Amino acid sequence: MFQRKSPGTWQTANRPVLATTEPTLIRYLLAGVAMLFVTLFLLAPLAAVFAQAFSEGIAVYWAALRDADTLASLHLTLMTAAIAVPLNLVFGVAASWSIAKFEFLGKSLLTTLIDLPFAVSPVISGIIYVLFFGLHGYLGPWLAAHNIEIIFAVPGIVLATVFVTFPFIARELIPLMQAQGTEEEEAALSLGAGGWQTFLRVTLPNIKWGLLYGVILCNARAMGEFGAVSVISGHIRGLTNTVPLHVEILYNEYNFVGAFAVASLLTILALITLVVKSFAEWKFKQELHAIRM
Amino acid sequence: MNIVLKQRSILPGFGLTLGFTLAYLSVIALIPLFGLFLRTAELTWGQFWATVTDARVLAAYRLSFGASLIAATVNVLFGAIVAWVLVRYRFPGRRVVDALIDLPFALPTAVAGISLTAVYAHTGWIGQYLQPLNIKVAFAPLGVVVALTFIGLPFVVRTLQPVLEDVDPEVEEAAANLGASRPQAIWRVILPELWPVLLTGFALAFARALGEYGSIVFISGNMPMRTEIVPLLMVMKLEQFDYAGATAIAVVMLLASFTLLLAINLLQWWSGQRHSGLGS
Repeated sequence: MFQRKSPGTWQTANRPVLATTEPTLIRYLLAGVAMLFVTLFLLAPLAAVFAQAFSEGIAVYWAALRDADTLASLHLTLMTAAIAVPLNLVFGVAASWSIAKFEFLGKSLLTTLIDLPFAVSPVISGIIYVLFFGLHGYLGPWLAAHNIEIIFAVPGIVLATVFVTFPFIARELIPLMQAQGTEEEEAALSLGAGGWQTFLRVTLPNIKWGLLYGVILCNARAMGEFGAVSVISGHIRGLTNTVPLHVEILYNEYNFVGAFAVASLLTILALITLVVKSFAEWKFKQELHAIRM
Repeated sequence: MNIVLKQRSILPGFGLTLGFTLAYLSVIALIPLFGLFLRTAELTWGQFWATVTDARVLAAYRLSFGASLIAATVNVLFGAIVAWVLVRYRFPGRRVVDALIDLPFALPTAVAGISLTAVYAHTGWIGQYLQPLNIKVAFAPLGVVVALTFIGLPFVVRTLQPVLEDVDPEVEEAAANLGASRPQAIWRVILPELWPVLLTGFALAFARALGEYGSIVFISGNMPMRTEIVPLLMVMKLEQFDYAGATAIAVVMLLASFTLLLAINLLQWWSGQRHSGLGS
């Protein structure tokens, strides 16, 4: 337990050299503190979701999941992600192609702008659309006159989700494509391949793990976003309730088992995300490593 | 002087992809954000100032900034230990713990909020042991700190890890050979190299904490003047159709966020400089 990283560098007959590590006692102490911290702040809340969800038995758990409003919220969340993630995938690939493969003025400003949603509070992400499309917003009267609903309706939820999640894929791809350079694409082009063909057969295979990594993070956030969607949805049961919003409604009605049962679905999604992410990350590191060799 | 707008390249699609990127960015983010700033112009300076310095809002700033500051500090201290243990030591289950660090990124904030409340409420797994000590976490300001610590942890650990992995053990060996004790080597050789990333991690965790909403509204109890955070006040004003008021507070928070974003970019540039100087 808690051995130093590379015992291969041990020197002399029996005595390990402690030059680049701490004494055993300190090692155990540090590892203990780290594990305690992880347990208190990460493991406990993770386990609590399932403990609460199943606290009244599996029958109650199933009943909560099969509730019509729960199913409606699931449907809305899946649909929102199915629109937002592909849109952001196209954006991520386009943005990283222009930023990573070309040199132009204002490039670093553009890269910073892509990070904007990370700096903006989710609540503000929702507010900006309410100000634009809401009844008292810039386009509100016109939209109302034409019977187009955006705020307190599905388009608003999709918009807010797109805003919150658009950096994820671009952020993973830009450094990866920058590290890969342009030589392979140039070779393909000079051998007569078309631009689209070059992208599909040269660039895409090179970035596939980075792409998967970005997509899975984007999807997790798209399905789990709360603040932005909460501001914009109007919380109409069965209509504009996403899964996270449904968790809130059940919780506020003191239906704790129901809230945690629905929350457990999102937790399972988070765990799957972590597994796929770890795998993609491992592949992705190999990809990056292969380039740097 | 010759300003180059774009360097020549034989790769196709520059105009198309950049055009699409700019159009998408404008429609989704830039124009709506600009609309927010425009909206505050409807307020006079006096009205704006009165809104953003209202006693209840001031109390919310204190809580939001104070709790974010404490949570980011806790994360730097413990995040550094976690990152050190994950990078330097080998033990069973290390990969699982390593993957688990990203849980706050992957777990929806509303779920984090209700489960942290369940754990830290006075009947919860951890809360029941804090109750006799008269420590109240859920439905108290401390709960806000706990939730923000949860949210911010991966930022610190994930920023530190790659840099720790790159620290060359030879430098530590050299320090030891030259007679430095282990604490001295850590304090005077390793730590100076980590300052920029520790600060970056701190700033990232702090920035994220300032805007956090989902997890806090469950654990804080939302008591006026005591446990209300700034994003909650914005939502409340919006629900009362006080768009101007919500906008004014949003502008203050956005300015704070942009300042932090700028600071983070500078810090990353600084650590990049130091890193390339040492690495190559």
